[in-house]
Amino acid sequence: MSYLSSHPWRVAALAAAHVELVAVALVVALAVALPLGVLAARRPRVAPWLLGALGAIYTIPSLALLAVFVEAFGLGFAPIFVALVIYAQFMLARSIAAGIDGIDRAQVDAARGLGMSAAQVLWRVEFPQALPVFVGGIRVAAIAMIAIATLGGYVGGVGLGVLIFNGLTLHQNAMIVAGSVAASVLAIAVDAALRLTQRLLAY
Amino acid sequence: MNPASIRFQDVTVRYAGVQRNAVTDISLEVGGGELVVLLGPSGCGKSTLLRTVNRLVPLQSGRVEVDGNDVARLDAVELRRSVGYVIQAVGLFANMTVAQNIAVVPSLLGWNRRDIDARVDELLQLIGLDPAAYRNRRPSALSGGEAQRIGVARAIAARPRALLMDEPFGAVDVVVRTALQRELIRIVGELRTTTIFVTHDVDEAFRLADRIVVMREGRIEQAGAPFDVFQDPATPYVRQLVHAGDDVYRRYYMRTRELLRAT
Repeated sequence: MSYLSSHPWRVAALAAAHVELVAVALVVALAVALPLGVLAARRPRVAPWLLGALGAIYTIPSLALLAVFVEAFGLGFAPIFVALVIYAQFMLARSIAAGIDGIDRAQVDAARGLGMSAAQVLWRVEFPQALPVFVGGIRVAAIAMIAIATLGGYVGGVGLGVLIFNGLTLHQNAMIVAGSVAASVLAIAVDAALRLTQRLLAY
Repeated sequence: MNPASIRFQDVTVRYAGVQRNAVTDISLEVGGGELVVLLGPSGCGKSTLLRTVNRLVPLQSGRVEVDGNDVARLDAVELRRSVGYVIQAVGLFANMTVAQNIAVVPSLLGWNRRDIDARVDELLQLIGLDPAAYRNRRPSALSGGEAQRIGVARAIAARPRALLMDEPFGAVDVVVRTALQRELIRIVGELRTTTIFVTHDVDEAFRLADRIVVMREGRIEQAGAPFDVFQDPATPYVRQLVHAGDDVYRRYYMRTRELLRAT
């Protein structure tokens, strides 16, 4: 805590960079996961393979995954960003697929029978009802991403990980504590906010 | 709008990965404004035949025409918007209010806000529900009978020229079912919409039909006026079916209809 009181702006700036990294990675991850999740929901035969592959990636330890991307992209922002996007796919795509699968088939039959196009069935009927489950997936993914993003500090990236890894190098416990506590507070706050969103979306 | 005529011509349907045809070589004409009931046990192909009209089921061979137009040549989405569709499980959209559910097809067709609102209230009144009390309800806050009434309102909202009903009253209790049947007779009578109604309930068929089409194993056993089917069953199966259970009500309807016809 002493580091936080002596360098509040430094911690705040790194926290802001941390949030920015996770937010941008999450937006990109959502754009990738949405078609994958819809595909998994539409093609029951493809679903186990697709989700299985994403699950396999998810089981790779994050540090090992990051090492692969450092090899590919060099140090800096890119490896941690790509690792976050790929890591989140399993949780996001699975929650989209589960949300759509959970919808009563009669509603989809009625929607088609009344003359909705495939896109209208998805956006007007399926997606709104899958949203609470989907936001649940975003919540789990966002928390994991906040934690994993700290590894960015190790590979020359930005965020609160910088404090943790610099602290380790410099034997400055106060820095390590400040970085970890700030990341934890961030995760808890995001969790609470998305939990509330989820509750507001439920019917 | 003038009611549509529907024509099935040598219609055969086989589902992918199934050995037996769901529907075999069926030909049938449904005149404008007629209420035809497809009657038969589950698995006889009656729902499949119904769903060929709005192209929810593709044909193996043959053709289905609405007003002389081959449905295979029409745009499926446009076709479905012009034909009402009601199913047993209702399928009201849980993310929408009652009013939004009823307004689905009119809003897909791009009606303006004021016309849609007026139409929703008009339909709620038609099905005997107070618009002020029901307009903003969620489907989860409705009874089975209310939900099915709204399912019917949603199907007729954009004044379709034909109405397809797939065991619409199968899941509600007998008191509600009788009330819904009475309302349907009144509504269809007012609108003069061509209606194909699928059921396995023999009494329901006799109560509603202008013409009954008895189906079995994907084929038509007999098609005719209720009185003729009852008096003169074409096959042993039809005879067995029309006398199944307690047929006292059927006899009563037949007698009443004959008396009405005589006057």
